[in-house]
This record gives sequence, structure tokens and C-alpha cells, in this order.
Amino acid sequence: MIEIRGLLIRRNGRDALRVDSLDIHDGETLALVGPNGAGKSTLLLALARLLKIERGEIRVDGRPLADWNDLEYRRRLAFVFQDPLLMDMSVEDNVALGLKFRGVTGGESRARAEKWMKALGVDSLAKRRAGQLSGGEAQRVSLARAFVLDPELLLMDEPFSAVDPQTRAQLLGDLSSLLAQVHRTTLLVTHNLKEAAQMGDRVAVIVGGTLKQVGSPRQVKANPADESVAAFLKELPQ
Amino acid sequence: MNEIFSITVLSLQVSALATVVSLLIGLPLGTWLALGNFRGRAFLLSVINTGMALPPVVVGLVVAMMLWRSGPLGDLRLIYTPWAIVIAQTVIAAPVVTGLTAAALQSLDPRLSQQLLGLGASRGQMVWRLWREARLPLLAALMAGFGSVISEVGASMMVGGNIKGQTRVLTTAIVLETSKGDFDQALALGALLLTLTYLINLGLTWIQQRARKPEQSARRAS
Repeated sequence: MIEIRGLLIRRNGRDALRVDSLDIHDGETLALVGPNGAGKSTLLLALARLLKIERGEIRVDGRPLADWNDLEYRRRLAFVFQDPLLMDMSVEDNVALGLKFRGVTGGESRARAEKWMKALGVDSLAKRRAGQLSGGEAQRVSLARAFVLDPELLLMDEPFSAVDPQTRAQLLGDLSSLLAQVHRTTLLVTHNLKEAAQMGDRVAVIVGGTLKQVGSPRQVKANPADESVAAFLKELPQ
Repeated sequence: MNEIFSITVLSLQVSALATVVSLLIGLPLGTWLALGNFRGRAFLLSVINTGMALPPVVVGLVVAMMLWRSGPLGDLRLIYTPWAIVIAQTVIAAPVVTGLTAAALQSLDPRLSQQLLGLGASRGQMVWRLWREARLPLLAALMAGFGSVISEVGASMMVGGNIKGQTRVLTTAIVLETSKGDFDQALALGALLLTLTYLINLGLTWIQQRARKPEQSARRAS
């Protein structure tokens, strides 16, 4: 359970994100939607402890984020960026990288990597170098690299925005069924309300650096919290 | 012949040691400058970049003043010893290695370090991975560092004194033979220096290009 209260984050000298109050429940998928530069990625980075918190508090399982050991906390989560950001090594080594960081090697690492490469349909590419993959394949590898860690918190920053629409639809379908299987707390940034509705148990709308509304996709659509949310929803691909 | 051999060995020993010390200083310092987020970073980088073009003669002058019998480090009695040359050459090569290390790491996708941390890497594991990703330009930094000292003459002359059998290295020997008008000898030494430099860089280039094979298929960031 993650509780955020009175959060303010500043980036490059200006307020980047304000969240008065937000609770993220264990096992839920929360879709973050909002215009470009609204602060969605900022929230993910803050939750990964990769950004300094100016004011307010984030509590994870009842403990303030600042009380967690940095490395211990980061090893509970996995971050998937918009671009796959794979390392210059083979697919299987990429998938096993986070395990290696945690000291998991040898047979266990291989077995876990294999399981997730299969789940994401990239097992046939295991020996391939990262640079030889297509955009969609690379993003599948980056998802396998996150899932293999069995993270308690999965942070995904528009993982499908860099792939073509057809690949995107396939990836979304696969991710959706994987999330249903693993049932992990997930924050997913997306531009698309339909995607948000497909993937998210709840939707959080961030506009102009402020969390405006949280609710089921249907609620948000039917009753936008204010005009800025309504205006944003109107512009979205439905 | 024996003398040429000992001059050559000393040249290689001194410059190799200076390069290794420069690497021990430049790799962590360049990494800190590339990845750190602190006030004055741009200023420090500009200082290092200026240091990359330090004239060896000026370095020789300053190091000689420091090591001079009456200088602040005079008690160490290092002036006109091979150690003095190592110190001067380190001062020349360290900014080169530092600056090129910083540039190598800054050429990586800036989100790569966040991605590594987001996969649970410790700071040390993250830096190691980034070095691996930037291994090609890092090897170039090593080559440039070695190249800057094996070929310099001003500093070696001033702090080493070109003493026969003690501090005479290939470059200072070439200067001496030329000033004596013994061009044959100077040319032979010059050819030897060039050949050695070529062979060493050939070896490093071979390592670099072996590392490049996977690098060609570098990660996609699109």
C-alpha cells in the first residue's frame, strides 16, 4: 500500500508535480493519464526514489519512503521506460540483468529469465544482441527484464509509445493478461484513455503538474473533476 | 645498442606507469564529473578540458619548481629521477583521461543510469555497467592518455634532466642527438619511437575493435 500526502516535487527550478492525496492499493493497476509534461513521469520517478521530494510524504507499507534503505527499496520495484534502454548484450543477459544485481545467478537466473522470455514471446531471440531487435521485440525484452524480478511495484512510463499501432495492440493485450496473472501493484503512464480503461483498475488524471482526479475510467469520463480534466479528456483518442 | 635498449625500456616504463596512474585518477574523476549533479560541475569540466591541452613545457616548469631541492617537495629528492618524469607525465595525461572519460559517459543516453537504478543496481553496479557500455570511447581515452605522454619531450627534459643511463628517454635522446647534428642516430630513435607507439596503439585498437563487434549492434533507444 502506497500513501501519498501533500507531495510537491520541483524539477529544473519549477513545480513539476503536486499530489494532495493518493492511495495506491496492493495489486491494483493505476493508469496515469494527462497531457505531455503534466508530471506523470515525475510521479513514477519519485516513487522509484530517483527524484528528490521537496515537500510532503510518500509512505510505503506504512513506512515513510525516506526511512527505507535506498537499495532495499529500489530492489522491490522495476521500472520500464518509454524506450527499451537495453544494454549492449544478448537478450537473455539483458533479461537476467536485474537478477544479477541482486546476486541471483546460475541455474536459477537462467530458469527465471527463460520463463519470462517465453511469457513475452522472445525466447527464440535469447542469443540475439539487443541492437538486432525490432522496436517491438526490444520492448518485449524490457518487459521481461522487469517481470523477471517479480517486483512488488511495477512502474511503466508509456512503454508502448515508441512502437507501431499493430505491435502496440499486441503488446497491450499480452501485458494486460500478464498483469492479471501476476497481480502486482502497477503504475502505467499512457496517453490513451481507451488503453487506460483497458489496463487500469483506476485512472488518475494529471494536468498541469497537479493530480486532478482519481477514479474508475467510467467515473472519470462521466464526471470530470474540473474543466481542465474535461478539456483534456475531450482531446484524447477515445 | 645496449644504451638504446635501456632508453627504450625506461620510456615505456615511465609512460606506462604515468598512464596507469592517470587512469586511476581520471576514470573515477571523469565518471563523477559526468554523472554528478552539483554546483560548479560545468566549471570543473571546463577546467579539465583546458587541462587536456596543457603544454608539457609548462607542466615541466611547475613540476620542476615543486621538486627543486629548495621547492616545497624538495625533501623527497625526486628531481632528475624517473619518478619526476612519471609525476610530470601523470599531470599531462590525467586531464586527458578525465576529460575523455567524462565525454564518453555523457555520450550515453542519460536515462540509462536511471534505468539501471530502476532495475535495482547499486551505485557501484550502475557505474560498472555504464563503463561497459562506453568501453569503446574509454579505450580511446586510454590511448589518448598514453599517446600524450610517450611523445612529449618538454616535461621529461626539464624534470628528468636527460641524464645518460638514468633519466634519458627516447624523446629526450632524439633532442640531444639532433642538437649534436647526429641526424642518423636521431632518425633511428625517431623511427623506434614511432614503431613502438604504433605497436602499442595497434594492440589497444585490436582490443577496442573486438569490443566493437557487439557495440555495432548497440542498444536501441527508439
